[in-house]
Amino acid sequence: MTLEPSERVRAVPPSGIRRFFEIAEERDDVISLGVGEPDFSTPWAARDAAIHSLERGRTSYTANRGMADLRESIAAYVDDRFDLAYDPGEEIIVTAGASEAVDLAFRAFVDPGDVVAISQPSYISYEPGVTFAGGEVLPVPTREEDEFRLTVDALEAAGAADADALVLCYPNNPTGAVMDRGDLASVAEFAREHDLAVFSDEIYAELTYEGEHASIATFEGLRERTVVFNGFSKAYAMTGLRLGYALAPAEAVTAMNRVHQYGMLSAPTTAQHAALEALDSCDGDVREMVDAYDRRRRFVISRFREIGMPCFEARGAFYVFPEVPDGWTAEAFAEELLREEGVAVVPGDVFGTGGEGHLRVSYATGLEELREALARIESFLDERV
Amino acid sequence: MSQREVLELLRENARYAAADVARMTDLDESEVEAAIEDLEAAGVVRGYQAVVDWDRLPDERVRAEVELNVTLDRETSYDDIAERLARFPQVKALRLVSGDYDFDMEVEGDSIREVSRFISEKVAPVPEITQTVTHYVMTSYKENGIELGDGDDDDRLSYTP
Repeated sequence: MTLEPSERVRAVPPSGIRRFFEIAEERDDVISLGVGEPDFSTPWAARDAAIHSLERGRTSYTANRGMADLRESIAAYVDDRFDLAYDPGEEIIVTAGASEAVDLAFRAFVDPGDVVAISQPSYISYEPGVTFAGGEVLPVPTREEDEFRLTVDALEAAGAADADALVLCYPNNPTGAVMDRGDLASVAEFAREHDLAVFSDEIYAELTYEGEHASIATFEGLRERTVVFNGFSKAYAMTGLRLGYALAPAEAVTAMNRVHQYGMLSAPTTAQHAALEALDSCDGDVREMVDAYDRRRRFVISRFREIGMPCFEARGAFYVFPEVPDGWTAEAFAEELLREEGVAVVPGDVFGTGGEGHLRVSYATGLEELREALARIESFLDERV
Repeated sequence: MSQREVLELLRENARYAAADVARMTDLDESEVEAAIEDLEAAGVVRGYQAVVDWDRLPDERVRAEVELNVTLDRETSYDDIAERLARFPQVKALRLVSGDYDFDMEVEGDSIREVSRFISEKVAPVPEITQTVTHYVMTSYKENGIELGDGDDDDRLSYTP
């Protein structure tokens, strides 16, 4: 055979932001609000632990599911923070980033032809992941009127009652939306009633600015049908270290581990040592980062409203999702803004149905840059709108 | 408490405009200005200064950390001694500390000679001071919570998902 891409690969279009990246590379004065990762460095204690692990030569494979003491720390952490009780011996698997955990779940539980409902707009990797696993994607658009929360009405309108699984991501990338216990209760009921497996990406759980993060897995009858994804990239600013985890019933973790042990063997050992230290001693760093994000969040929402771009009250992650002015597509607005003012934002439709007419704006950058970027956007509006 | 939030932001960057502090705290600009006035009036905020990396300037600036031991009597308290020392403009900081010595004093001058003379002629002769140990600052790496290195470049890509 020749190296002809498979049908599954051909079915996945190239990333919608690649062209923007190339335009941004042509300028040296770009302020990027298009970055989906923290601007903070990994807390020093975690980096120091990683360095120390290298000095001691701790570079061997770990157990497939991750170091036992790390899994114990994760179990204690998720129980303490989110009321999620999982057995570190059988119900936790440590992965190379939460992205690997998502991929493992799709490959472990989605059969060819299975329909996977995906709440949208959402992180761009879910659709390809389902496609690579042979599943069918069913977009479930959320609406600004609902503050981009997933509702039973939206699920029913999309035909999700006939789906096999549901993917949700709250706090949400790209909208910054959150769902509290009241919001989740009806979705949990829907999942039970229609016998859906639930894949809940909670990577931004720590970045919840008003109230407490709630996990759908804590609802009656949901634990046995849910895989929870989380990790260290966002809360602990450890994106490049690639460390995440999944929480699920023992049989589900066993299935995911079957894929993981052949494809990855084990998550990066150095990163596991960093994560162990992060859970042990970096709570204060996380609080400081979250406080900083919260101040920027308020600043950015306030400025967008001042300059006449409606912006709903995002309460999680580090994104806001303002509306583009009438007469513009999100893509055209984002491209012109980048070319003329050197401000990089991501058009909302990149993130699926429901994202049209909006921009994803990351506030994971310093306040001075945010202030300058908003001034440039204001100037763009004055001249072009 | 909003006043506390305002204070934390001033400590982060005292040059933030009141309007920006208001945006970050969901307060009105007038509320921010009032909070700052209250903090100043109550003596909580004592002043605003630049954090300077003296090593980046061509002219010399000499700083020393001085340990001071004192002896007290019924007529003289720590406060009395501190008040006397703090009046000298060369003394930039003065703290009563626990441990092997009593006062930790930061002194600045234009030369080692100037700092040495100040300590030997103005500080050491104070009757209650029994010992001075002077440590000249060779390199400063962090001041007032701000690292003085070149910092880490933002090596993130301009677009990530």
